[in-house]
Amino acid sequence: MSLTRLIFHELWYRRLNFLLGVVSVGVSVACLVAALAILDKHDRRTEQIIAAKEAEVRAKMDAMKDDYRKLMLKMGFNVLILPKDQNLSDLYADDYASKYMPEEYAARLAKSRVATINHILPSLQQKVKWPERERTVLLMGVRGEVYIQSKTQKPLLEPVEPGTMILGYELAHSLKLNPGDKTRFMGREFTVAKVNPERGNKDDITIWINLAEAQELLDKKGLINGILALDCTCDTVDRLGIIRKEIAKILPDTQIIEFASQALARAEARARAAVEAEESIRREKEGRAKLRAEREALAAVLVPVVVLGSAVWIGFLALANVRDRRAEIGILRALGLRSRQILSIFLGKAVVIGLAGATFGYLAGRLIGAAWRETPGAPPIEIAFLDLQLLVMMLVAAPLLAALASWLPAMMAAQQDPADVLREE
Amino acid sequence: MPLLELHDVSKTFAGPQGEVRAVANVTLSVASGEFVAIRGPSGCGKTTLLLAAGSLLAPDNGEVRITGENPYQLSPEQRARFRAERIGFVFQQFHLVPYLSVLDNILVPSLAVARNDARQRAEELAARFGLTDRLHHVPSQLSTGERQRTALARALLNEPKLLLADEPTGNLDDENGQVVLRSLAEFAKNGGAVLLVTHDPAAAAVATRTLRLRNGKLEE
Repeated sequence: MSLTRLIFHELWYRRLNFLLGVVSVGVSVACLVAALAILDKHDRRTEQIIAAKEAEVRAKMDAMKDDYRKLMLKMGFNVLILPKDQNLSDLYADDYASKYMPEEYAARLAKSRVATINHILPSLQQKVKWPERERTVLLMGVRGEVYIQSKTQKPLLEPVEPGTMILGYELAHSLKLNPGDKTRFMGREFTVAKVNPERGNKDDITIWINLAEAQELLDKKGLINGILALDCTCDTVDRLGIIRKEIAKILPDTQIIEFASQALARAEARARAAVEAEESIRREKEGRAKLRAEREALAAVLVPVVVLGSAVWIGFLALANVRDRRAEIGILRALGLRSRQILSIFLGKAVVIGLAGATFGYLAGRLIGAAWRETPGAPPIEIAFLDLQLLVMMLVAAPLLAALASWLPAMMAAQQDPADVLREE
Repeated sequence: MPLLELHDVSKTFAGPQGEVRAVANVTLSVASGEFVAIRGPSGCGKTTLLLAAGSLLAPDNGEVRITGENPYQLSPEQRARFRAERIGFVFQQFHLVPYLSVLDNILVPSLAVARNDARQRAEELAARFGLTDRLHHVPSQLSTGERQRTALARALLNEPKLLLADEPTGNLDDENGQVVLRSLAEFAKNGGAVLLVTHDPAAAAVATRTLRLRNGKLEE
């Protein structure tokens, strides 16, 4: 015979009392477990939504970036590095720079591994008379691109071999010159290597020759008057500012201008879209956080109320049990059971009710949590049925709560005077 | 040495119409082998005297000694153990635990004083009182006689020196009443001491000494 045996026999004997106790504890445990499961589902749904939104924005941004890159490549160079003392009014009026800088600047720029620009092309450009043909043309001396990243990078402009020239569409068309034709220019013979397609701008009256030959013809040995470049599609709106800042550190006596405003507008639109997308993710996160806070607030009120109600109910059940067993307690005390043994009988019963209630409540709470649809119509989020840590927590907390709620009635039972009972009986 | 000694014991209760003196200056001694019956009408203080003698109700005055010791000088916890080791109780209402089997009811005192041979002794007592085939029945499945025999077996589990019986035959037919009384007499004959309070003349007839309690006072 043991107190445990006595407790279990009594539980079976007063099954309804036991069942009511288990349901009471179970309801509060279920409330808590379900609330935690629902919040867990909320968090996971939030992660899903944000991840999907971020992926969508990333894809959109990548597409825009690619689009922009292609556009920029198609448009060619859009950044021009000029000597610092170049008057821009003169540049725009004459179509070429009247000031010069060392050709070595291009190499210096490339060696510095500049990050904000790409495709560096040193050039010497000047409007000249084509004496043999009596035409005014724009002469552009170029060498190949100076590589920054690697030589495998596909150049925007192929180098012009010495002794050859590339002609703009209008020049070739009006002078009836075709690839392979030989012609004289400023006293030297050149072979037409290529005729560019019609572009509708000054390129159509431009002659591209090798830079060294251009320097000799123009008597500007070792000098250039511009470095063409392509910006690296930086993500910020103030791209030019960033480029200027970086290049100013490497070539302090230069200035940078940008052309091709369509590309700039596209870049700005893209940057605005990126900001808008970030804002939309932020708004979504805020909305989800607000919803979570509301759910948390509801749980923070509901769970304690249910737990308190459950504790009061357990207390009443224990009190009723003590009253029912008044005679039994009296005789047990008369037979020599000590008050702490009587206390153990009632607290032990509460612990068993707590354990059974925790188990039942955990199962019910997880089932409710599993059945809960976080967002109607959205694919269900699976939650692991067994959360060992939570189960253990409930198996500890619920018996403690039940024992605390039964404490007063149990003390009353333990302190009951057996003589009173036996005299009354 | 007397197993039970009551010296000038008094007990008063507060009632709605003033104080009621349930026991007044009772002096009594019950030696080993004695079976003392105290007779008296209902409300004369028999149960109060029995509870005081059983270390369950401290008297207002006087002294109680059981096997030479005053249980009221012990702490409540020590007194509970003292009671479990030395005193057996039998009540008119049996006071069996309703959800325990006969065997478990007999074993209840072993919760207070653990003993290795408890189960064996419980089975022996059950056999002695003709309860072997009822060991796994709960009280509601027993006759009143069987219930009282179960209560008697329970009282004897811890081999007490003193047996206190409060109207043990009050709810029994003659036959079962005789079984209980014979058992009490046998207990006394084997060296124990029995104090029986009753208003049943037949019960008193089995005792070695009979006393009367009238208005809380003991008379020869």
